[in-house]
Amino acid sequence: MEQIIIRNGHVVDPSSQLNEQADILIRDGLIESIGRDLQIDDAHEIDATGKWIIPGLCDMHVHLREPGREDKETIESGTRAAAAGGYTALACMPNTSPVNDCQSVTQFIIDRAGRTPIGVYPIAAITKNLEGNELTEMGELIECGAVAFSDDGRCVANGEVLRRALEYARRFDRTIIEHCEDLHLAAGGSMHEGTVSARLGLQGIPGLAEEIMVSRDIQICEYVRGRLHIAHVSTEKSVELIRAAKQRGIRVTAEVTPHHLFLTDEAVASFDTNTKMNPPLRSERDRTACLAGLLDGTIDCIATDHAPHTITEKEVEYSLAPNGVVGLETALSLILTHLVHTRKMDLQRLVETMSHAPRKILGIAPVVIATGRVADMTIIDPEKFWVVDPSRLISKSKNTAFRGWTMRGAAEMTIAGGRIAYSG
Amino acid sequence: MPLRNKDILGIAELNVDEIDLILDTADSFSEISQRVIKKVPTLRGKTVVNFFHEPSTRTRISFEIAEKRLSADSINFATSGSSFSKGETLLDTVRNLEAMNADIIVMRHGIPGASHFIASRAHASVINAGDGAHEHPTQALLDMLTIRQHTGSLENLTVAIVGDIDHSRVARSNIFGLVKKKARVILVAPPTLLPHRVDDLGVEVSYDFESVIPKADVIMMLRIQRERQGKVLIPSLREYSRYYCLTPERLKLAPAKVLVMHPGPLNRGVEIDPAVADGPHSIILEQVSNGIAVRMALLFLLGGRSSREQSN
Amino acid sequence: MRKGTEPGTILNESEIRDVIQRFAQEIVSTYPDLDQIAVVGIQTGGAHLGRRLVHAISDRARQEPDFGILDITLYRDDIALEINQPIVRQTDIPFEVSGRNIILVDDVLYTGRTVRAALDALIDFGRPRAIRLAVLVDRGLREFPIRPDFVGLEIATTPDQKVHVRLKEQGESSDQVILEKGD
Repeated sequence: MEQIIIRNGHVVDPSSQLNEQADILIRDGLIESIGRDLQIDDAHEIDATGKWIIPGLCDMHVHLREPGREDKETIESGTRAAAAGGYTALACMPNTSPVNDCQSVTQFIIDRAGRTPIGVYPIAAITKNLEGNELTEMGELIECGAVAFSDDGRCVANGEVLRRALEYARRFDRTIIEHCEDLHLAAGGSMHEGTVSARLGLQGIPGLAEEIMVSRDIQICEYVRGRLHIAHVSTEKSVELIRAAKQRGIRVTAEVTPHHLFLTDEAVASFDTNTKMNPPLRSERDRTACLAGLLDGTIDCIATDHAPHTITEKEVEYSLAPNGVVGLETALSLILTHLVHTRKMDLQRLVETMSHAPRKILGIAPVVIATGRVADMTIIDPEKFWVVDPSRLISKSKNTAFRGWTMRGAAEMTIAGGRIAYSG
Repeated sequence: MPLRNKDILGIAELNVDEIDLILDTADSFSEISQRVIKKVPTLRGKTVVNFFHEPSTRTRISFEIAEKRLSADSINFATSGSSFSKGETLLDTVRNLEAMNADIIVMRHGIPGASHFIASRAHASVINAGDGAHEHPTQALLDMLTIRQHTGSLENLTVAIVGDIDHSRVARSNIFGLVKKKARVILVAPPTLLPHRVDDLGVEVSYDFESVIPKADVIMMLRIQRERQGKVLIPSLREYSRYYCLTPERLKLAPAKVLVMHPGPLNRGVEIDPAVADGPHSIILEQVSNGIAVRMALLFLLGGRSSREQSN
Repeated sequence: MRKGTEPGTILNESEIRDVIQRFAQEIVSTYPDLDQIAVVGIQTGGAHLGRRLVHAISDRARQEPDFGILDITLYRDDIALEINQPIVRQTDIPFEVSGRNIILVDDVLYTGRTVRAALDALIDFGRPRAIRLAVLVDRGLREFPIRPDFVGLEIATTPDQKVHVRLKEQGESSDQVILEKGD
């Protein structure tokens, strides 16, 4: 019998109406009791005085790269990075090699992830080999453990294919996650088309490329009454389209990444390829609109789009560099530093956007801090000051867009599935 | 006042004092090219590598002449068909250039920011000789010098830049420089050849060449790339010429002292009529001579800087 | 020290005028054919003095010798040691150097390095018959084997002292040469 007692932490969980200082006793991975001054003799004591305790975070948009690109990240390294960032669960995108478009790949991921306490939920491809033509065997993939479907990295260009995917997924009540991008409008671009691209002479990707597809997808979703999730929303117009769709009762959800919340296309002027991602960093106006959308509930959740790339791949000319940045180890600290400490967002909304909402969209069981539940929580040190040093990231890849940023607050301990997954 | 940075990556990074220093120094260097012995010993023992990752004859020759007139050892390193085709990355190239103890790297590359990439990883000074559609600072400096020699000042001059602005590093560098020097810049092109947020660059825009010509003190024509036609940007060079070629008839609309410029190479009959290119208003060949003076000035300003840093 | 002059003044306005007149006299008597000579002043003090010398010669000989100015920045051996960015000034030699007797004019002769650079620079313009050196002040402390042909004032100095030549052409109210005491 193993017992852990976490003393004096400030526990916040809107789903169990907790917002108070309490001790939490965990026995054999289950929450035994929550209360003041719990008396227990032979437990492992953890002093959480001055710390915040919230339900374990979930990142619904991660590229674990395994199978195929284990030099960038593995399921093992990616889940360790997740735990260090305060995450107890993540969903991994299917654009691996081979693509996660069949049971054997889904099964491989589930098996690999079996050793880690972090919940790994595969998102399978919408279409075979991400080619946008034929639907995958969604039913069997779900039976194997896939939780949602996406051709992330690519948009389902053919409207008929997306329609059928949204329709077919209704049979299983699953979400179709769309990477919204008109490939013709975006072709050749390597940054946001705007004032900065006009200055830098880099070919731009207009916000229009995203918005046209967000609009199309919402209309198809409404027409077939599907469940649609818009990945990495990055423009003001996209936020408006989603807000209007929600008002009409369309089943659409959306996520935003920390880099689209805290960086703009001005960062590209350094020509640092760690500012290159897809969708690209947008204008200040877009950034502000995304943040407003997150705070008013138009955007349901924060997802990192953790996209590891090796230094060799990133240390090239800007337009030759691959898209993407790592995010698992900086997301929570960025939200704490720039939204929670600045009182733009309260802890309840943080829990909603980083723990509850992603699990709900993916259709996986919520984690709740309550007696009798599996212990799954993130202990936050809100006053830990640290500076992002890429060489100290646990992820195999170091391509962070936040090098040198000073952070206030970090995950101090991550307890996932009843086990301590990370201790800082 | 010396230059603030070790590199010349773009006009965007220069302040007005630095631009003036470069232009004043270039004025003094023009005289050397008039001498019988067109050579001074200033950069003796310095190594300048001309690293051209994209074909260029005119700019490379201009730099080479400037280097030789300052007695630098210049080495040409063109990568089309050399190690780059064997998969050598730009990073490997930087390391090689560093190992050769280059003092100054003159660099041409097809991708914006490539010279920033090298500059941030090399001890040597880097002069950007063109990075994609981003900047071509030495061209803008020689253009400003040439205009200044005719008008005395750039302030309040109206300069029309005509052509494929969106894909032009010459246009961008000139826009940054002329706006800093308080000239009025009017960009003239069809909307498809203008950057999306061009208004934010501090310039005026017109699609109608003939309405701009009467206001222009300077008309700077840009080369239109033949590969632009037949896609979606312009239907044909023929139609482009119809609206944007500087013809003798259009030039009649201009003020009497108008200056006609072109960075070369010219597409005669496409963006500029031969009679205009070779006519009395054309200062195209002065641009070429001034190119050497400006490049000498930059090599001098950076070369002295690098040795001062070594000895201090 | 004379009355009405700043402390440390080693040449005042009338003395400088006398020096230029004496140089002109010596040059005219040495070179009766003024077509064979040219005066070249080193930027910037030497250029002003050279121009005065040309006027003094033409006052005497009713003929103005050719005059040029020389900027030696690009020939210096100490650009690397300068803290500040050296300014490149105009060089203007509007005559044929080959075969001429060149009177090279500078304000102060010190280590000899400036003159060394000026000799190199001049030679790049052609092959003069001879180069003669005229200086307003020779303060000694030579580092190179260089000797002036015409000297206004010879004065022994130490390296920590400074010699300032102030001329009206540079916006000064009067001409003077000042020796600033060392530490």
